[in-house]
Amino acid sequence: MNALTRRALGGITLAFALTPALAQNAPRLPGSLQTARRLDAWLRIGPDGVTVITGKVEIGQGALTALCQIAAEELDVAPARIRMISGDTALTPDEGYTAGSQSMEQSGTAIRYAAAEARAILLDLAAQRLGVAADALRVADGTITAPDGRSTTYWAIAESNTLAREATARIAPKPPAQHSIVGTSLPRLDIPAKVTGQPIFVQDMRLPGMLFGRIARPPSYEAKLVSVEVDAVRALPGVVAVVRDGRFLGVVAEREEQAIKARAALLKAARWDMPATLPDPAALHATLRGLKTDTTVPSEKKADAPPAVRRFSATYTKRYFAHASIGPSAAVAQYTADGAKLQVWSHTQGVFPLKRDLLKVLKLEDAALTVSHVQGSGCYGHNGADDVALDAALLARAVPGRPVIVQWMRDDEFQWEPYNPAMEMALSAGLSAEGRIVEWSHEVLSNHHNMRPSQSREGVNLLAAWHLAEPRAPSYPRATPQPNGAGDRNAVPLYDFPNQRIVNHLVVEMPVRVSALRTLGAYGNVFALEAFMDELAAAAGIDPVQFRLNHLKDPRGRAVIEAAAKLAAEDPGTLPRGFGFAKYKNVAAYVACVAEVALDRATGTVRVPRIWSAVDAGQVVSPDGLLNQIDGGIIQAVSWTVKEEVRFDRERILSHDWDSYPILTFPEVPKLRTTVINRPNDPPLGAGEASQAPAVAAIANALTRAAGKPIRALPYTPERVKEALA
Amino acid sequence: MAAPIALTVNGRTHQVAAEADTPLLYILRNDLALNGAKYGCGLGQCGACTVLAGGLPVRSCQVELGAIGAREITTLEGIGSPEKLHKLQRAFIAEQAAQCGYCTSGMILEAKALLDRTQEPTEPEIREQLAQHLCRCGTHNRIVAAVQRAIREG
Repeated sequence: MNALTRRALGGITLAFALTPALAQNAPRLPGSLQTARRLDAWLRIGPDGVTVITGKVEIGQGALTALCQIAAEELDVAPARIRMISGDTALTPDEGYTAGSQSMEQSGTAIRYAAAEARAILLDLAAQRLGVAADALRVADGTITAPDGRSTTYWAIAESNTLAREATARIAPKPPAQHSIVGTSLPRLDIPAKVTGQPIFVQDMRLPGMLFGRIARPPSYEAKLVSVEVDAVRALPGVVAVVRDGRFLGVVAEREEQAIKARAALLKAARWDMPATLPDPAALHATLRGLKTDTTVPSEKKADAPPAVRRFSATYTKRYFAHASIGPSAAVAQYTADGAKLQVWSHTQGVFPLKRDLLKVLKLEDAALTVSHVQGSGCYGHNGADDVALDAALLARAVPGRPVIVQWMRDDEFQWEPYNPAMEMALSAGLSAEGRIVEWSHEVLSNHHNMRPSQSREGVNLLAAWHLAEPRAPSYPRATPQPNGAGDRNAVPLYDFPNQRIVNHLVVEMPVRVSALRTLGAYGNVFALEAFMDELAAAAGIDPVQFRLNHLKDPRGRAVIEAAAKLAAEDPGTLPRGFGFAKYKNVAAYVACVAEVALDRATGTVRVPRIWSAVDAGQVVSPDGLLNQIDGGIIQAVSWTVKEEVRFDRERILSHDWDSYPILTFPEVPKLRTTVINRPNDPPLGAGEASQAPAVAAIANALTRAAGKPIRALPYTPERVKEALA
Repeated sequence: MAAPIALTVNGRTHQVAAEADTPLLYILRNDLALNGAKYGCGLGQCGACTVLAGGLPVRSCQVELGAIGAREITTLEGIGSPEKLHKLQRAFIAEQAAQCGYCTSGMILEAKALLDRTQEPTEPEIREQLAQHLCRCGTHNRIVAAVQRAIREG
């Protein structure tokens, strides 16, 4: 028997299998239906309309709007009638993380099939009631009409148990030619609230009796707490509790400004011993090379080919980037007065994985903890969202019965978030006499790009857990299999090389805290791969776009490359241009970019005035949503590439605010032109992370032309470019 | 606790019981339930907390309650509502000029200050005015387009 949970919610009862017992030989169901197999796990239809339930969450990428469109399309109801419930351990399916550009593929597919099947079930019921054949019925916004004009509605015929059954996925979704909602740019559901100041963010939650918490972190990763005088802090106005557990220090106060003052006092009251454990930034890549690695070979190909007559090699590097959310991470936590149960509100990308790590640290039973998603500032991957949820829980434990909101301060976010790892990519290739690549080798050395909560059974990937008197160690980093990969994401070329060997040197020691930033290793690997392609094209004396086409059979990849080149050619210009291409993860959207750069040789400043791009994301659910993601990804990648670098010395992280970690500003943002190749008969392909890697590659290749030589070390900040030019 | 301090926000005067050195940002969000202004850095660097004081844009994380005096404060909630949108709010929706939307309030109020003093700012002028406002999602060009739409459609 499946475990059922029931919870009244706005007059309807949600009842579905949270932990479906998978019968042996159960048929394979599409998308996330495979793991949450009941129709009512995804859809509720009742007197008040339609509720769509998804384990994915809104992180500013428009996911909930696109999922709403899919449900509206299959059900034939107006999108405005649909209410979305997302990411809640008590209410929604466990769809892991909202990450990897997989929401349409996983949740979208499940909702599409569940809605198609629900519609068929409801039409059968209506057919019985109206005494006509189901296929004679028409549906418009939930009203079902018979040929003779008699009608009923979904809400009139749906019983509470109508959808309480396992999905079969035997009802085919609508063919794309019939789509009237999918493929249109439905305005985002969340934007009106965001432009009028409605409380939509977790940072905006103000519960009755709520207290404000702040954390006083150590000055560095390995700093040891020598002493701390908490009495004076406890006596400050408004302070309700001072929490000390190992080297975890936090305060709870009646008012936010009181909590901030108490945090400052607590930081002052603590004495730390700070060892020098960080790599020497001047010898960063050599230091990482000297650490313990686990090495795997994610791809190896051998075939007959003409002999290599010329061989080339080049090593590319990139340094650490921050997620740098505009809104520092925040969470609200509330224990029941008896301390037995805990509710956490979080902008995590994965309520279920976060819950599993929280349970370990807080030593709670599964039924005692609920984690509910509430939107936050854009995260772009694993930032402080999960960490601050544990912080809030640890502070709330000191004041049972009262909700506590904790928001990190700006320096907390910059100094403690897990960065996008530094990487080193060593490439070599052999060219045949005809100028074709006949041998290819790509060795990437990097920390793991995914150290999110619940990565493995052992370990806890939440910051405060490492600081408690009874600490929990982080999980051991294990290589993520291809095609996703992590540090080796997109290290396997999409190009057709007869002989290739891709090696992943996963650095398992983590001197600087790192995890998942949008694209994971794809940004670094595609930068290296595509820059090397340009170097080889130049050596072969072949136009770089033609050189790519010479090595690519994939017709959709070729079409995207040609479309981007054509688009850029429409706009003449004198600045040097470069090309970049990738199919994200080799399974998601195709993007090709052309970038132009302006190099100031005196200062080393690199500007990127214009970028042209082409994208094929399969079937487009929301054209405007797709453009927002592709263009936003390009601009973010420009910022990473020409502005950003996490600064540190041997003792501590030095990037702590927007002056010490500048990002791209309005006058520096490139003009963009983007063309979309819509393929309505193909499955939607994840696009949220598809444009960053082609963008950096295009910038790098344009800069090579501007500088007269390749600059193989990222980022292209003025001092580094100047040094490279010297 | 110090004596209450009078503060006029969005046309209403409130008596606020907080220390005079409290940043305006926390008064707006926690005492007056006005969520538009956001905490981004607390350093006046990012612009997420921008509100208007006497019609001029200020960083509410840097303005102390006791220093506001007679200046009237306007927040995002004060220029329009979901039922009666300000032209900038309408334009931001029309251009879908947000991804996460955390920086939006500051952007709109900075743009309002610009439009209040310049009838038809050029695109470079709009970008310059917003240069001290940070957006991380890469929505900049849509935000500029939204300001231009607000100018166009009025």
